[in-house]
Formats: sequence, C-alpha cells, structure tokens
Amino acid sequence: MNKAVRKLFAIAFAFAFFLTSPPTLKSQELLPGGRIWGNFQLEAQYYFSDSLIGAPEVPEKILMNGFGNLNFSYQGFTVGMRYESYQNPLLGYDPRYQGSGIPYRFASFSQENLEVTLGNFYEQFGSGMVFRTYEERDLGVDNAMDGLKLVYRPVDGVSMRGIIGRQRLFFDTGPGIVRGFDAQVDLNSVVPSLVESQNQWSFGGSAVSKFQRDQNPLYNLPENVAAFSGRLNFSRGAVSISSEYAHKINDPSAENNFIYKDGHALLLNASYAVSGAGLLLSAKRIDNMGFRSDRNATGNDLNINYLPPTTRQHLYSLSGMYPYATQPTGEIGFMGELNFSLPRETPLGGPFGTSVTINYSLANSLHKERVHDTIPVGQRGTKGYRSDFFRLGDEKFFEDINIEINRRFSRTLRALFSYAYITYNQNVIEGYVDKEMVYAHILIADVTHRLPQRRSIRWELQHLSTRQDNQNWAMAMLEYSIAPRWFFAVSNQYNYGNDDRDLRIHYYTLSGGYSRGGNRISLSYGKQREGIICVGGVCRQVPASNGFTLNVSSSF
Amino acid sequence: MKKTIAFITFCFAFTFYTAGQSQSSLPELTIKTLQGRDVSTATLENQGKPFVVSFWATWCRPCLKELNAIDDIYHEWQDYGFKLIAVSTDDARTRANVLPMVMGRSWDYEFYLDENGDFRRAMGVNNVPHTFILNGKGEIVYQHTSFSDGMEWDMFDKLIELLEDNE
Repeated sequence: MNKAVRKLFAIAFAFAFFLTSPPTLKSQELLPGGRIWGNFQLEAQYYFSDSLIGAPEVPEKILMNGFGNLNFSYQGFTVGMRYESYQNPLLGYDPRYQGSGIPYRFASFSQENLEVTLGNFYEQFGSGMVFRTYEERDLGVDNAMDGLKLVYRPVDGVSMRGIIGRQRLFFDTGPGIVRGFDAQVDLNSVVPSLVESQNQWSFGGSAVSKFQRDQNPLYNLPENVAAFSGRLNFSRGAVSISSEYAHKINDPSAENNFIYKDGHALLLNASYAVSGAGLLLSAKRIDNMGFRSDRNATGNDLNINYLPPTTRQHLYSLSGMYPYATQPTGEIGFMGELNFSLPRETPLGGPFGTSVTINYSLANSLHKERVHDTIPVGQRGTKGYRSDFFRLGDEKFFEDINIEINRRFSRTLRALFSYAYITYNQNVIEGYVDKEMVYAHILIADVTHRLPQRRSIRWELQHLSTRQDNQNWAMAMLEYSIAPRWFFAVSNQYNYGNDDRDLRIHYYTLSGGYSRGGNRISLSYGKQREGIICVGGVCRQVPASNGFTLNVSSSF
Repeated sequence: MKKTIAFITFCFAFTFYTAGQSQSSLPELTIKTLQGRDVSTATLENQGKPFVVSFWATWCRPCLKELNAIDDIYHEWQDYGFKLIAVSTDDARTRANVLPMVMGRSWDYEFYLDENGDFRRAMGVNNVPHTFILNGKGEIVYQHTSFSDGMEWDMFDKLIELLEDNE
C-alpha cells in the first residue's frame, strides 16, 4: 500500500473514531446511526516434530496466524480494513504469507441506486464461473480485488455491476489487471404483466477480461483474454431450474500447459422441492476453464473464476478423508441428491421423525482427441485437443454414493447413521503419477444424549475400509458439553490397517473450549492428520501436526 | 510500520472498550431469497416481536445440529410469535442444495442466501454457526458463535426475557 493511501485511510479511521463514541460522550448524541463492528481471530500452534506422521521440525516452535477486521459505517458511508499477521505462517499455509500488514482496506458509499467501492472488495458474477473473488482463510485463499466497484440498480429487479482492479497475492497484488461487467434482470419485477405470474424468470450475463503483458520469448501470448457467460433461471412452484454457460478466449497458461484452446463451462441445476421432500440434479461440464490474472500462477493463486465441484461435501473426518477438487483443465460431473423426512408418529418415522439424505455424484474426464495426427493431446504451443461435448472420457476422477439417516429416538436421544462408498483417483486429484485408485467404504454413527441442565454427551464411531492408500482406519470421539459455554472432547483416529506396522498410528486429540457471546477460545493437544476437523461446534481445515493449538475468535 | 501497528492496536483497544455499549440494528445490504430475488436486510423483522438471525451452511455440521434442535421446539417458539431467520452462507458449490435440503427436512424457518458473504462480513461473523438475537425493535442484543445441544433453550429463554422487557 503506498503512503498516500495509507494516510488517507488513517485519517478516515481517526475521523470515524473521533465521531463515534469517546467513552465520556454518548455516541448517539454525536452521530446517531454510526456503527463500528469487526472481528478478530488468532490461531497459534506449539509444534513437536513427529517424523512418523509427517510433522516436521519447526525451528520457531510456535507459529501463529491472526487477523482483525475493523469497520465503521455511518448512513451510506462505510470504511473498513483488515490487519493480518503471520509470525510465521502455520504449517500448511503458504510461506509467502509471512509478515504483517493491511492487505484489505476499503471505503464505500451508496446513494440513491448507486454503490461505489474504492479499495478492496469481494464480488461474484452469477455462479462465479467467469468471476469470483472471495476469502477462505482456513484454506489460505484470498483473491480480493484491489480497485473500483460500481453497482447500479436503475429500477427494481435490475442490477448492473462493473469492476476493475488487480487481485491480492499474499501481501502484494498480481501482475494482471481484471475488468468486468455484469447485468442481472429479474423479469417478474420488471415486466408488469408478469408480476403476478407463477412462472418466475431471471437472466443475466457477464463479460470479464484480464490484461497481462507478454514477455515470453518463445510464444506469442494473448495479452488481453476475455471470458463471457450467460445465465437463465426459472422457477414455478416446487420446480427450480438454473443454468449458466461460460466461454473463454484462448489463454495459454502454466495450468493448461500453454495450449491455445478456448475454454467452456456449463452448469445446470434442477430441483424439485415440496414440504418433506427435495430433489436436486446437477450436471457440469468444464473444459480448459482455468482463468487467472497471472498466466504463470499455480495452486490457489490469483484465480479470477470459481468452478464449483458438483460433489457432496462430507462432514465427518473419515468420510472427508478423500474429498474431491474440481479439475479446471477438464471434467464432466453429475450429482443427484434426495432429501426427505419421515413424519413424526408414523411407524417408519418414529415418535419424533426421521430425515434421510441419499446422494450420488460422479466426476469424469473429458474425451480428448488429437488436433492433428502428429501432435499429442495437450502439446504445448498447439491448440491442445478437440473434445466432443457430450462424450465422457475413459478416466474416472471421483464417484460417491452415500446415505445418511438422522433420527430422534426420544426427547434425550438423537442419532445419525451414515454410509458412503467413495472412488477416488489420487493421481488426478492429488497430482501423483503411479498411485492406485482408492475404493473406500465408510460407516459412521454420531449419537447425542441429552442430560439434565442443558448438558450433553455426544460420541462418534467411524470406520473406513479400503485396500488402497493407507488401508483401514477407525475413529472414536467423545464430547461433553455444557450449553452454552463449555465443551471438552477426546478423540482418536487409528490407522490400524496400515500394511506398515510402524505406521499404525493413533492420532489422539484432547480439546476444550469456552464461548461466551461473540467470543470463543479453545485449546487442544494431540496429533492431527491432514483434513477437516469439527469439534465443539466449529469446522476448520487443518494440516498434519503434533502439538498444542490455541484458537481465539471474537466478533464485536 | 511501528506507527501503523500502534495505531491499529489503539483502534482495537478502543473498539473492544466501546463494543457492546450501544445496540445496533442490522446493516442494510442485499441478500437473496431461495428463489433468487433480491431482498434488503433492512426489511428483516418480526412484527415487533424478538427474533433470531442465524448464519449457517449446508456443509456445517454444528449448523445442521442447531437447526435440527431448534426445529424440535420450534412450535413452542411460534406459540410466542418468535421467528428464526436462517441466512445460508453457501457458495456456488452448495447453493443449489439449500432449497431441496430445507424443504426435505421440513424446516419452517425464513431462509435467505448470502452467497457473496456481504451480510456475513457486515455482521462480523468469523465462523458458522453464528447466531444473533434481536429485540422487537430490530436491535441486536445478543450474539453467540458455535452450537452445543441445549443452546436452543438458552435462546428461547432470552427471547422470552426480551418479550417481557417489551411488555
């Protein structure tokens, strides 16, 4: 951030604080309607090295990620900033986060039908397939724009957005400039004869382009790359259908091995939902649709768009062991999910009712053909490949069939049972070359007993069986909570089936936490396998480690 | 740099000191109904009775536990005229799941989508579930992050307290 901008924000904040609420004066008298809010979060870990589980020696012993947001608004005017500090970044986070600073600050105002944002912002066009900036701090993802955003709503039901700027790259911004425009029309609000209609129609379109200089000595690379998308949504009663198609001009990049091929993406969702039952069907086709504001970027850096995976996000540690990630270079995916409830006081539903979720998803490769007899598929510097829109490739990336039953047996006993069968292509999803396809069966029981005085005991038993990867796992967890403030938990994940006897490791964890109002503090000790963990009411993504972890979170 | 840090520390100390001194209303932003229509958060209310605004997501297990637990006693909440407004923070990946899931579970809450996270950020929400209780005037009087079983009764007690204060 340059000095002038920093000064400007410092003045704006000082001004805001001066006006809002010096403790001796009542804020309402000075600036009625002024509001200050924000949040704070800190995670610190003390590490023990543990070569067996892959937790390395950490020279600093203690690592910490922390941030705080501070915002002020008065009438239509808002200023805000986020201070972030990584001293040094926790294991599993990109080391380029090292340091401290204010990578996010903005000022915005809205007047009549116009909203203007200066500085950093998050925005999404449609389902995000041509433009989405967002933050997912647990994953270390933040591709916020730094620039200008305008939103204009000329009449009810019509909105137009324009954006320009560069994207955040750790404590800097990326080399490319991103420009975009989006319009959305809710037809039933705009056309008077449709106001009362049961058929609800809306549509929208986006155009986004990036500019990055070509300094490549070998190839003549496009400096401006544009992407377009159109979307159409319809609903009538219980039926909803949404669709979006995106097209991107050829964009040779490190991600697609510098091929000169246009990109396409199609996303379709159809649902039928009535009280007691809901069905969702999704289909998706993605072809060479990686879009970043630096053609050399990899990993999670500088993504301009977001390609949603159409698979179920599992919520337990063993069912979440093999999660799917979208393959931007090409995939076809399908998902179906049925949710229904069996009513209370029926033979099947039991005295308190039962809910059931059945889900199936598949992600598969595209069928790719050579563009010329002498050119292999995906050859650098060529048009890459040809692909038939409706034809599946012969490689399966991921498949998942699962069922979950959630039943309340009595006033004090509630249980969830789940089974999943997951097929997971390690080579494609994790980037290996010679690993086997994983076929895993996962069984889960999650049981909660309510005790008097708002106390409860919850236990989980999970089992994962597979002949591949690390073979079988078992997991047990016991949690005691005193609502609304305290929880204590102990858990163990045991890789008992591992072929290598030395790797039959117990990943045990002890944890406890206290929350009050918007504040929450928790401390845990143990070994952590890489994955998603949910204890005591909050879910996070964590890397492999061994040691103490302190979490403090506060909202005000 | 040192000056910046000192300044920020001051701001935070100041904010913590002043936080909670005044009761604020919901910020005014645009969210969407499950059918995709724009709605202003300024219109969220409960006809002069206290209500709850809860941020959740279809992929968040404690959130589902919370919504299930409240559902078990929701008829009692409704007898008093209380209401739960559930704001989904699901993104493009799971947004389409929200409607079939909430209908399939027969939840009787008022649902909205906050796909871009504007409302969540404007409420200072770090993690879900994060629950706010508002009085009949629409002022935020209490908030809580995370969920454990039994908390639905705490919320119920607080709502009744607010109702009595009102009367």
